[in-house]
Amino acid sequence: MRRIGDAPAVRRLLIGTALFLSALFLLLPLVAIFAQAFSQGVMVFWANVSNTFTLHAIGLTLVIALLTIPVCLVFGVALAWLVTRFSFPGRRILQTLIDIPFAVSPVVAGLIYLLLYGRNGWIGGWLDAYDIQLMFAWPGILMVTIFVTCPFVARELIPLMQAQGSREEEAAVTLGAGGWTTFWRVTLPNIRWALLYGIILTNARAVGEFGAVSVVAGAIRGKTNTLPLHLEQLYQDYNAVGAFASAALLALIALLTLAAKAGLEWRASRREAYL
Amino acid sequence: MSIRLQNIAKHFAKTQALEPINLDIHEGELVGLLGPSGSGKTTLLRIIAGLETADRSPQPGKILFGDRDVTNVHVRDRRIGFVFQHYALFRHMSVYDNVAFGLTVMPRKRRPSSGEIRARVFRLLEMVQLQHLANRLPAQLSGGQQQRVSLARALAVEPDVLLLDEPFGALDAKVRQDLRRWLRRLHEELNFTSVFVTHDQEEALELSDRVVVMSNGRIEQIDTPETLYRSPKNRFVFEFLGDVNHLEGKVSNGILTCGDARLNVDLPDGDEELLLRPHEVRLAQQPSAESHLPVTITAISPVGAEVRVELEADWLAKPWLATVRHADFEQLEMRRGQRLFAHPRQWHRFKEEAEKPKQQARAA
Repeated sequence: MRRIGDAPAVRRLLIGTALFLSALFLLLPLVAIFAQAFSQGVMVFWANVSNTFTLHAIGLTLVIALLTIPVCLVFGVALAWLVTRFSFPGRRILQTLIDIPFAVSPVVAGLIYLLLYGRNGWIGGWLDAYDIQLMFAWPGILMVTIFVTCPFVARELIPLMQAQGSREEEAAVTLGAGGWTTFWRVTLPNIRWALLYGIILTNARAVGEFGAVSVVAGAIRGKTNTLPLHLEQLYQDYNAVGAFASAALLALIALLTLAAKAGLEWRASRREAYL
Repeated sequence: MSIRLQNIAKHFAKTQALEPINLDIHEGELVGLLGPSGSGKTTLLRIIAGLETADRSPQPGKILFGDRDVTNVHVRDRRIGFVFQHYALFRHMSVYDNVAFGLTVMPRKRRPSSGEIRARVFRLLEMVQLQHLANRLPAQLSGGQQQRVSLARALAVEPDVLLLDEPFGALDAKVRQDLRRWLRRLHEELNFTSVFVTHDQEEALELSDRVVVMSNGRIEQIDTPETLYRSPKNRFVFEFLGDVNHLEGKVSNGILTCGDARLNVDLPDGDEELLLRPHEVRLAQQPSAESHLPVTITAISPVGAEVRVELEADWLAKPWLATVRHADFEQLEMRRGQRLFAHPRQWHRFKEEAEKPKQQARAA
């Protein structure tokens, strides 16, 4: 018995096509980034990376990501808990609302924040009276980054928590466990892999976000430039090597993230095989 | 610890899951809540546990454990043990950690020392004969083993009452038998008050001291298994507790007729429906002066202590089922297609308006 498409010729053709397209669209650009970044030698690459403005952009990007992750984590877990463990009017609407940041173009998100929190905006005008500036400063960047990334954790958790149901939590409570104990000892261990996966996705997006951030950051070199914005500026300034050095850094972060994700999946599959 | 429910009702949105219910469960009793799905039995159990709250209006009900009013006491403080249908074991914890959970989450003041916890967990695991599997994860155990772990886990905190929701529902027949027997023994040894939910009449009758039969959110009857089976209060209970044969016909001058079937009955004239259990049907070669019920054998299942025989006739809307002793089976040389006469040893009748069921026994 042969399965469909199992003829050697067909198989070779399909595998070949897949490999070729992957190389063309995924691998080649990645290699090109590093090739360009190092095209004038390691020293020039290093000079570009260790440039004050670049270092500042790296720092700002990492700080934004570090601040975004805990917010998204708490928000995502709370939301998933709410949606999967309680039934209340408006639950379905809430589940749809979670997807708004995915549905809306990031640039639009940035514009809305500018409109609301900018100096002439509804809330921004009021804050301005107290001398608080959110837009064209790091808090603005943080706000839009959170907006763009907040669905990731909840989206990972909701299907899992729905499938697992609340029986184990009920069991814990009948055994006398309090709310926190139940969460730390029963709920959290059951969702930890999905949670980590959600964090990885959140991080990847937070580091790489361009559209929304570019609207609210104002791109002040050494002040509100994140790595993607810095990259774009360098490129506009015809500093190709500098731009690609930054691009290489971003690509490196992406690769590390992918490696972390693959590692997690490998561990999870090993765990399942063991069970 | 006795359990007393007073006026407990429950609505889910607009639908009434439980009509106001009163129920007394004595100390040390093993009570089965029996009913078809949707009868409200699980809801009632979850209300006793505190996993659901009973309606507060129009008038609030009351739940008492002994003298302690637990109506407004949170699940975690009710001191109950709850066994879930699908075990609900903590999947990421070993068997040992599962059983120890209730002890380790106690407030520091009441919590036993770690040595004592260890000793107690192993004592429980020994009781459920699983001490050799202490380090396994739940997914590595069979269903029956998981349910035993779940029982040990519930018993670890020494609950006042043990509540079991369809505890053996997800297990195969053989394991279910073993576990039932085992639970009965455990109950006699430890003498805790327990309530379990089941839709399986056999399980309820075999395991319980008393059975609470429920349907449509109402208690139909509360009695010992014997009383329940011998004198069901209404038609629902009668039909739910076993296989039933129906005989519908018109009575005139003390004779019920239905097609070419006749049966002498001591009833007033009018339409009647009589009910018979399979063991109340006797089969013979000849009709008698009192009954003329011709039937044809359509199927024979000789498995078990008795032979189950399926009977059909023109005057029957639904086939009858009769259980026959193997000796009679051989004596009559029963085979498919054979024509015989049925003789009711006894029949039952439930009139909607009359609460008292009427039974008539015949010398058969």
